[in-house]
Amino acid sequence: MTEATLNMEVRPAGGKASIVDIRGDITSGSEEALMDAYGRATADGVRVVVLNFSGLEYMNSGGIGLLVTLLVRANRQRERLLAFGLTDHYRQILELTRIDEAIGMYDSEEDALAAAGAS
Amino acid sequence: MTTPPDQTEQAEVIERAQPDEAQPAEPTARDAANWAQSISTLSVGEVPQEAINRNVEGKRVLGPMQGFGKMWQKTYRVRLYGADVRPTEVIAAWKRDFGSFWPEKNHFYGPLTGIEPGDVAVLNLTMPGRVKLSTGIFVMYADDESFTFMTPEGHMFAGWITFSAFELAGDTMLQVQVLMRAGDPMSEVGLAVYGHKAEDVFWQQTLRNVAERFGVEGDPETQVVCVDRRRQWRRAGNIRHSATIRSGLYAAGAPFRMIAGGRKKDAGAERAPSA
Repeated sequence: MTEATLNMEVRPAGGKASIVDIRGDITSGSEEALMDAYGRATADGVRVVVLNFSGLEYMNSGGIGLLVTLLVRANRQRERLLAFGLTDHYRQILELTRIDEAIGMYDSEEDALAAAGAS
Repeated sequence: MTTPPDQTEQAEVIERAQPDEAQPAEPTARDAANWAQSISTLSVGEVPQEAINRNVEGKRVLGPMQGFGKMWQKTYRVRLYGADVRPTEVIAAWKRDFGSFWPEKNHFYGPLTGIEPGDVAVLNLTMPGRVKLSTGIFVMYADDESFTFMTPEGHMFAGWITFSAFELAGDTMLQVQVLMRAGDPMSEVGLAVYGHKAEDVFWQQTLRNVAERFGVEGDPETQVVCVDRRRQWRRAGNIRHSATIRSGLYAAGAPFRMIAGGRKKDAGAERAPSA
């Protein structure tokens, strides 16, 4: 399995949401980094997590599987998952896999935060 | 490695799913060639005469989010002890001869050229009572070390199956990983009573068959995790697409089709002398 290169930073956004900046590759080897970032994002009782995909460089089917796992975790904890910064290519992948039906996708950080009620 | 004779007839008969738009994938993405283009519905080309091609044409594909039942992640693995083979070689062979590794009495009518993103294949699976279940798969992703199928509406489960190979402690590992929910309430019951066990046996045998190709007597290990215990009742209506029900009805109608076919032949024979 190829070693995944992934860097995730979490930053607060107005107390109601957190933004997770994704940089690098999301593969099946990214589980620990992704779940850790999600845990940090929701640590202060934040109910909306916004994923910033603008730094995403590569994603395989293992990575898509992780997004589903993340969605299940968010639903179980009654939290919302939103996304922005997707290129046409990755937007198409989320449509193909029908994950777009469960994650709100927005064009910009401002739009996503407005949808989260955090702007 | 030779291709089994029963697959040679399948050459060039399975069409790729038609993309919604003819826009090329963005060239900058490293994974662009590995993903299928977005589709609205599946389109199947000609299939061999012996295949039952039902419940695939015109169906939408489903992910685990669109299913009804509990969500499961099932992982089957086998280690190729001592085999001098790289993961990419295993995946190349697995893609090329995919159907030949399946357990007996189950058929995969896919392209002879191998597994490519966007491919659609018809599956005929033997169910209890010797009923042939006709369903299909869509290849959503394929690279040198893995490939992933999506299921269509009506399949017993909604989800993805990923086949991969990788190195672990000096050996090559083969893995099948299923992320799924039962498609509808009836399938949820069927999986609990029979289906989960049958699926375990199916993929374990498949892994043994692939390992055997590389000279290894494999002993697959299985790990099952319930990712989400909740059922999605709003998806209960998926049952209207059920391939199990439709295949059962199709099988039950076989005697009537045979009689109707005989009558047509008789009518043709009666008309022939006067023609």
